[in-house]
This record gives sequence, C-alpha cells and structure tokens, in this order.
Amino acid sequence: MLDFLTTLVASFQEFLLLAGRSLRNLFRGPHYYDDVFLQMDIIGVGSLPIVALTGAFSGAIIALQMARALNTYGASSEVGTIVSLTLVRELGPVLTALLVAGRNASGIASELGSMKVTEQIDAMRALGTDPVQKLVTPRLIATAIMLPLLTIIADAIGLIGAYLVAVPLLHIIASGQYWTSSWQALVLNDLAQGLLKPFVFGMIISLVGCFYGLRTSGGTQGVGRSTTQAVVSASIWIFVVTFLIDKIFVGLK
Amino acid sequence: MPEEPILEFKDVSLRFGESWALRNISLTLEPGETRIIFGAAGSGKTTLLKAVVGLVRVDKGSIKLFGQDVTKLSENELFVLRRRAGVLFQEGGLFDSLTVGENVEYPLVTQDNLKQVKAAQAGEAQTFDPEKLVRDTLRFVELEQTFDKFPAEISGGMRRRVGIARAVVTEPLLVLYDSPTAGLDPITANTIMALLAKERDVRNSASLVVTHRYQDGEIMADFRYDSEQEALLSSTKSSPPPKPALTKFMVMKEGEIVFLGTRPELESSNDEYVKRFVRHEDRHAQ
Repeated sequence: MLDFLTTLVASFQEFLLLAGRSLRNLFRGPHYYDDVFLQMDIIGVGSLPIVALTGAFSGAIIALQMARALNTYGASSEVGTIVSLTLVRELGPVLTALLVAGRNASGIASELGSMKVTEQIDAMRALGTDPVQKLVTPRLIATAIMLPLLTIIADAIGLIGAYLVAVPLLHIIASGQYWTSSWQALVLNDLAQGLLKPFVFGMIISLVGCFYGLRTSGGTQGVGRSTTQAVVSASIWIFVVTFLIDKIFVGLK
Repeated sequence: MPEEPILEFKDVSLRFGESWALRNISLTLEPGETRIIFGAAGSGKTTLLKAVVGLVRVDKGSIKLFGQDVTKLSENELFVLRRRAGVLFQEGGLFDSLTVGENVEYPLVTQDNLKQVKAAQAGEAQTFDPEKLVRDTLRFVELEQTFDKFPAEISGGMRRRVGIARAVVTEPLLVLYDSPTAGLDPITANTIMALLAKERDVRNSASLVVTHRYQDGEIMADFRYDSEQEALLSSTKSSPPPKPALTKFMVMKEGEIVFLGTRPELESSNDEYVKRFVRHEDRHAQ
C-alpha cells in the first residue's frame, strides 16, 4: 500500500515537473511555430466533425428530455434557458473535452510513446533538441487554444440541435422566444466558466497525453498501456477539475 | 603539451535497483582513438554510451566530455554540448515523420551555431547550403538516392547508414556507435563498418563502438581508408602498410571493465569471459 502511494506521489511530482517545464518553455526559445500549427490542425480541425455531431445530439437530447419535464410544470417556454445554461456551463465543455481526450490524449500518448520506444526521443536529446520544447509545448499551446474554440462551436451547434427539437419538431416554443430566452439566460459568470473550463481541460489533455507518452517503456505493449492510461487519467482529471471550477464559480455568485 | 583527452570517465557508477549498470568505470579516450566495446547483453555498454552525452545521469563519479563535466551540467547546457558529438542509436533512431533528407538535415537546422560557423567558413551567409551538405553526407554513405524517401520505405541496413550520416553530418570530434551492425547480414554489416573506418580516417574523429561482432573490431583495427585510392587498405596485407589506427578493445561485464588493451592483448587473454568475444578461428590459426 505504501509503495503504491509512493509511486502515485512520485508520478504526480513528475507530471508537475513536466507541466512546469513546458509552461516555462512558452517564454523561452526556440519556438516551433510549425509544430504548433500542425497540432492545431490535427487537434482542432481534426476533431471538428465529431465535436459538431456530438454537440448537435446533446442539445437535441436535452431539449427532448427537458420538454417533457418542463411540461409537467407548465414551463415548456423555459426550454431555451435550460438548454443554454446546461450546454454553456457544463455539457459543452465536458463532453467536448472527453471527446478530445479520447481522440487526442490517446493520439499524443501513442505517438510520443512510439517515439520513446524507438529511441527517437533519445535521438532528439542527443541532437541537442529539448523534447519538451519540441513536442510537449506545441501540443500544450495547440490544445489550450483549440479546445475553447471547439467548445464554442459545440455549444452553438448544440443550441441549434435543441432548437430543431423544440421548435419545428415539438412546437413547444416560438422560434424568436427560444433564441431570446437562451441568449438572455447567459450572464458573464456562465461564459467565463464555459471558456475557462476548456482552456484548463486543454492543458490537462495535452500534458497527460505527453506525460504518459514520454514515460513509455516496454516496447509496443508499453505504447498500448500508455495510451489507455492517458485516456483514463485525462477523463478522470476532467471530472475532478470541472467540480473544482464549479465550486469556485458557484461561490462567486 | 599533450592534447587534452576528448572523453574522461573517473570512477563512474550507476545502479538500476539491485544491479549495477556501471561500476567504478574509469577510462580515457584520446583524439582520433577508436574504442571497441564488447560485452554480454545487459553488461552496461549502451548505458555507458548514453552516460557520455548525459542521456542517463550517473550516481557517482565524473564524466568529462570535451573538457566539460557532463555530470554537473543542466539539461539545457547539455543540449549545447551534445551537438558536438554524434550518436548512432541501435535501431538508427530516425524520426519517422521526416524524410531521409530532413533527418540528416535535422542537426544542421537545429544548430544555429554550426550554421554560423559554416557560413563564416563559406565566406558569406548566403553560400552555406545545408541541402548540399546533406546530399554530400548521404553520398558518403552511398544513399543519395533515398533523399526524399521516408525511413519506413528503406531497408534496416539503409536506415542504419542514414543514422550514420545524421551522426556525422556536423563533423563531430567524437562519434558514439551503439551496435551499428546488430541484426544485419554479414555483407551489409561489413559495408557499415567500412563506413565507420572511412569516417574515422577522413575526418580523424574519435569513436566508441559498441558491438557483438569481433569482425567489427578487426575492421576498425586493421584497415585504414585511403582517400587517394578511395578504398580500405589492410595494414597487414598492403604494401607499404598504412599507419595502424589507434584502436583499443574493452570488454564489459556486469557494469565493470574487465579487459582493456590492444587486439593482440585481447587475443592472448586467458580470461574465459573475455575469450568469448574473440573469434575462434583466429585463435586456432595462431
């Protein structure tokens, strides 16, 4: 038990060191802009279809479920407010982050893991390049920028999905009323936490993926293990951190 | 005044859990010297090479590379020092997302200092053409035609040669070769060793060569590359014989150096462990 705890604390310490080094590299050259743009394309543009699809369906599902529940209280007209608050505050950021974690934390961990077991990381160090600067920092920047943008898109498409269910399908609310209520429901606090969350999740996803990738050992089997660990770990951290951010923002209100 | 050694290990030790990876290692490598390192699997050969450039940190002792103590430098300071040594990894260690040409160019692109030096040598900044240097180096390993190919598209032996090209493109004073011939057929293996001897004699670089094949050591010890004839000449069969290379042999066991000496000393050793690394037909022929 003590060994397990020691390993856990040591791993967390290693993770924090990696996070510290990659953040410090933001302010120190050389900067690999090409790699940042490449990663932005892979992580952001690459995730767009799946994020859009999930956003649309999650909005539609919330509208379907809420229409029934709200109808019980004669409050069907509040559907826009509920969808908008749920999506922007919670579901948009968390669902998008979970999808990107499944897609990119695994991708990052397996790519870096394969590089590690084929000595490409050692080769990079031997050739005088810092692997954290070259591999981790660009992924960190790319994910931290792209995840909030993806979340905004997911939120918007989610609202359209909910609109399609509430207005043309169920006819429980007028079009103008839906958009006005969903827009007016949002205050600065909601937008702030809706954008802060994906920014923090983006950092977590990239750093966790890189962390497990760079500590891969044991050949191809090790790569598989790192990939799984990265996705599980990133997903758990997303839930823990969303709880913490919620706690802070609820307190602010 | 005698030249300062390129590399100096003083009482270096490193433990991985219960076992010793390196144990009280002391060695010196002179400029232009070739050191062939034999040893069973897990005897610490690769760890020794990695320790030279600080890819693994040792527990005890000092390692001086080009006069600087590797054990006292930070990772960032090491990046600068490492650029002065070339390393060939066991499997080549090529970046599979880059083409062969880009792989060989990598040390030049990342090494701004070197670019400036080369530019100064060339007279003006515009005349230093990294691509020309890359093509020349690929021609050196006879693989110029693979410039635009990806590492996955070429054979294992070719990848090893591209690895050599990448290691020597900056003309380092010290090159570390980790099992350059492992897993290759004898003909390809001999081609690679001939390249190593050529690199040493054309550029007068020092090298550490980790290997399992005794023939690799023989080639390095007995042959010299003649630039005029563009061929390897045997120092025992050619006339007049070329000046013998400064080659020493070292045998490692469980992290310790159990033998250090010249080829005749190695072949006359009575130690059972050391004898395992000497080719038997040579011993019978004597």
